[in-house]
Amino acid sequence: MNPALSDSLSALPILLPLAGALTCILLPPRHRAAAGLLTSALTLLSASALTWMLLTTGISSQNLGGWPPPLGIQLRFDGLACVFLLLTSLVGLPVGLHAAALFRSQPGDDRASSPPLFWPLWLFLWAALNGIFISHDLFNLYVLLEIMGLAAVSLAILSGRPAALLAGLRYFLAALVGSMLYLLGVALVYGAAGSLDLGLLGEALPAGAISVRVAFALIITGLLIKTAVFPLHFWLPEAHSAAPAPVSAILSALVIKASFYVFLRLWVDVFDGSVTFAAGQAVGALGAVAVVWGSYQALRQSRLKRMVAHSTVGQVGYMFLLFPLITLDPAAAAAAHGPPTWLGHAWTGGIYQALSHGFAKAAMFLAVGIFILAVGNDEKRSVTNMVGRLPMTTFAFALAGISLIGLPPSGGFVAKWMLLKATFSSQQWWWAPMIVWGSFLTAGYVFMILRLAFAPAAEAPKKNLRPVPRILEFTALALGVGAILIGLRASEVMLLLDVGAPFAEPVQPLTEPPGGADD
Amino acid sequence: MTDHGWLLPLIVASSLGPGIVIFFLRDEQVAVRTVLNLLGAVLKVALIGIVLAGFFRGDSLEFRYTIGLDLEFHLRIDALALLFTALSSVLWLVTTVYAIGYLKGSANRSRFFGFFSLCVTASTGIALAGNLVTFFIFYEFLTLATYPLVVHRGTRKALEAGRTYLWYTIGGGTVLFVGVVWMFTLVGSVEFGQIHLLGDLPADLRPQLTLLFWVMIAGLGVKAALVPLHGWLPAAMVAPAPVSALLHAVAVVKAGAFGIMRLVYDVFGIELARDLGVLPPLAVIAAVTILFGSLRALAQNDLKRRLAYSTVSQLSYIALGIALGGTLAAVGALVHLVHQGVMKITLFFCAGIIAETFKIHRISDMDGLGRRLPLTMAAFTVGALGMIGLPPIAGFISKWYLGLGGLELDQPWVLVLLLLSSLLNAVYFLPILNRVWFRAPAREWKRHRHSRRWETSGMLLWPALITALLSVLLGLFTTSGWSVLALALEIVESWFPPAPPGLAT
Amino acid sequence: MPPEPWQLYALTAGLLFSISLAGVFLCRHFFRKIIAVNLMGASVFLLLVSIGRRDHEAFADPVPHAMVITGLVVAVSASAFALALARRIHRETGRDNFSESE
Repeated sequence: MNPALSDSLSALPILLPLAGALTCILLPPRHRAAAGLLTSALTLLSASALTWMLLTTGISSQNLGGWPPPLGIQLRFDGLACVFLLLTSLVGLPVGLHAAALFRSQPGDDRASSPPLFWPLWLFLWAALNGIFISHDLFNLYVLLEIMGLAAVSLAILSGRPAALLAGLRYFLAALVGSMLYLLGVALVYGAAGSLDLGLLGEALPAGAISVRVAFALIITGLLIKTAVFPLHFWLPEAHSAAPAPVSAILSALVIKASFYVFLRLWVDVFDGSVTFAAGQAVGALGAVAVVWGSYQALRQSRLKRMVAHSTVGQVGYMFLLFPLITLDPAAAAAAHGPPTWLGHAWTGGIYQALSHGFAKAAMFLAVGIFILAVGNDEKRSVTNMVGRLPMTTFAFALAGISLIGLPPSGGFVAKWMLLKATFSSQQWWWAPMIVWGSFLTAGYVFMILRLAFAPAAEAPKKNLRPVPRILEFTALALGVGAILIGLRASEVMLLLDVGAPFAEPVQPLTEPPGGADD
Repeated sequence: MTDHGWLLPLIVASSLGPGIVIFFLRDEQVAVRTVLNLLGAVLKVALIGIVLAGFFRGDSLEFRYTIGLDLEFHLRIDALALLFTALSSVLWLVTTVYAIGYLKGSANRSRFFGFFSLCVTASTGIALAGNLVTFFIFYEFLTLATYPLVVHRGTRKALEAGRTYLWYTIGGGTVLFVGVVWMFTLVGSVEFGQIHLLGDLPADLRPQLTLLFWVMIAGLGVKAALVPLHGWLPAAMVAPAPVSALLHAVAVVKAGAFGIMRLVYDVFGIELARDLGVLPPLAVIAAVTILFGSLRALAQNDLKRRLAYSTVSQLSYIALGIALGGTLAAVGALVHLVHQGVMKITLFFCAGIIAETFKIHRISDMDGLGRRLPLTMAAFTVGALGMIGLPPIAGFISKWYLGLGGLELDQPWVLVLLLLSSLLNAVYFLPILNRVWFRAPAREWKRHRHSRRWETSGMLLWPALITALLSVLLGLFTTSGWSVLALALEIVESWFPPAPPGLAT
Repeated sequence: MPPEPWQLYALTAGLLFSISLAGVFLCRHFFRKIIAVNLMGASVFLLLVSIGRRDHEAFADPVPHAMVITGLVVAVSASAFALALARRIHRETGRDNFSESE
């Protein structure tokens, strides 16, 4: 492949949605959906092209404006960036379709039902997300995180209802505090190393220096707020449940993944000299408490969307169990000969949790949105007898639930399998009860809904359902199927993840992988 | 590995495919659904016939698919897998016919038959699974596919039962999950039959292995309804009769019993299990379950509940045979796996006919039913006598081998247990037979709407008669080369080291 | 040894950041919270500028200045957005603080 071509390609996933967003602002509202969907399709296409490029030519990087680091800003595209880019496109396209159909089905100038700003904001958000995944510069990440926060909050308050506005302001302030902590950390890092490029920083950061330790703590805390990790999750349930369903799906499935992604990258690429066993354990403990607390809260909610939002808090906790498992006790690491085998498992498991939660949670929010649309209220009881009335949506909900619980065969199963395995082989067995208990609680709230869905028609409220456009049901189902499929085709995803992975693959695949992966 | 490995996923898919298509049918499309159902069921039996013939010629089939890292989807055929798939596919065919007749005109049939097919897909998958992961995947899949069947009626009682069922099975599944992952971290991917993997572990890991064994038994014991994990089974009998029949005879409970077999003989291996000393406690649990189930069955007036407790008791014969750890006892367990299925499905078919035709659920209302439903009650009688262990019905063979197994191992208490339990079986089955055949009917029986020619709808009656006949034939032709016993002997040969000490003494 | 000027600035920045961080969490009024977040930004910019001056060269390090300028743009737009949002809440509900549901 021509290197010049590949270089210009790698900025496309940022430029395309950005151009689409600007176009949408210029277009009259009724044409925005078409332009937005076209942009979504093109973005997916560019992400696929980049994926193919990654598999054929390996990691690519591009210096913006031709300036190399440390002066210029670099874009870098490796396996990790690739899977998150693909996740965003594969979730974003069906959610966009869903949104377009939903807003078209509610004509009229009611701002709450048919927001004209959805498409420009969502495409801006998409550009910011893709930028975060490809960016390789600490300060650039700050700017993109801020743009993401602005666009995300604007989407969350689309309905204009007072509850949403209030939740939106709290969300925004929390995000700003997170950004400021992050920025302060960035300033300290620059002071210590004189560089902002992630690749250069990894080598240049003086390990163990006090300012680097402080910077690390500040950046980590800022990102924990943005990712809504217990106990910094206070803003999430309100904000995610007050938004329109497709927006909730985007916020829960994608936006918090971006800050998780930055967290992950900085942890393994930049601060690998500063992270300690204790730091890993602390982050893991927060994650473990989040798993139990979030799932427990979800079980207690009486309103559908709040239940799903609380479930996000729990599921995010699982992703953070990755960190104690990849952060070794230096003494133990020195005693062991060769790299421990479980690092790769933990790495894949944590990322797989992020990916499968993306699909499953998007499907679940869309499904719940359809229930609410059809019945007209947000009470759990409103799903009574849904299996007879909206079977496809109930099925989508069930598939998403299966993945969240971690039942096979689903993405969530692969994630929990890998995490649990790493837990046992690293002898950090104390995480295992948390993983299992979280699954159990998750099963509790998922099956509580399914139980109601199977209840007889006699117990359902006598109201007629409002008609639901088929496309809404199809998109929810597609995402639910996606959550199952990535559990069946895990080897392909892992093939991508391997490109530039920090931990070597511990186990040889039993059969020959399709296609040649060379990095 | 031979070229025909694709046959195995095809066997699994032969019920999965129709199942998925059926979901999308409207309830009124009876003809299409029936054709699809029967096509899938017949295809499955035919495919297994082909595989069976190939197996006796010495072919071995295998299918592998890597999910990622060391997660591997692996199907393969061995004698035990063959035994279980043959059982489930034949009984599925019969039950499908029965279910079509049973649910005629009721609501949500497409959903029912969709999940019904998925349920059989899962139990076939469990049978063909070549490693622990694949087994676990289908084991959980079975939980999910059976839940909608248990709550199918949608009544409050059904939903409650469904909840109980889910808590038990999800809990068991989670525990099993921990066990499977734990085993992976010890020895990597365990294929069934690779008993040397665990056996070769250093001796200081033995306590850990003992704990691991019990964790996995706790996970499997839920579905196998070992006391105290049996609570879901009597609750789940609120499901429609064909579901109970399948649940109790093949699908769920047998998945548990089958899993215990695989665990003891194909993962740990009999020698390691003996060394760890885990078998005697397991035998005690099984013995307790046998007596407990029988005693509880005595107290039930609801026919299906009595049958359900009888299942709890009868199932543990399998666990007992496994846990005794001798060749003849293992033969008894294997034979009982099949024989109990055939007999119990007959009993549930009959209970369903009685409930469907006359709305009778309680045993005390069954006086004189034999005059109105002679054929049904004849089938019921065969099943009941078989459960008691009367020759020449199939149940006798299993008890005979279990008893021999006890003697072979010099454990005469097994004989006492068998006699006691047979006595209890007789005490809870014979009064029913007495009522049905020798008491005067309490009321006039109305003619039934389903059929003029038969005592009830033919689609309900024939399956019951066929399985009753089958339980007699299985008992009569035990010694023929193609019988269950022959397969069981072959399986046991592979489990026990050559020149088993039991046979010599 | 007396501290160098840039160290004094950096120390002030740290102090300011701590005060404003406390303000964000302690104040309930929307406007106070927004001001506090703004102040957090200002303190970080102060730190960046002081870092830019710590090498005694003729010219200041340009990279922190570039960061400050970009950061200002971001901070201004974020503040504007937050203020607009707070005004809208006040207009629609009459509330001006988080006191009830905090």
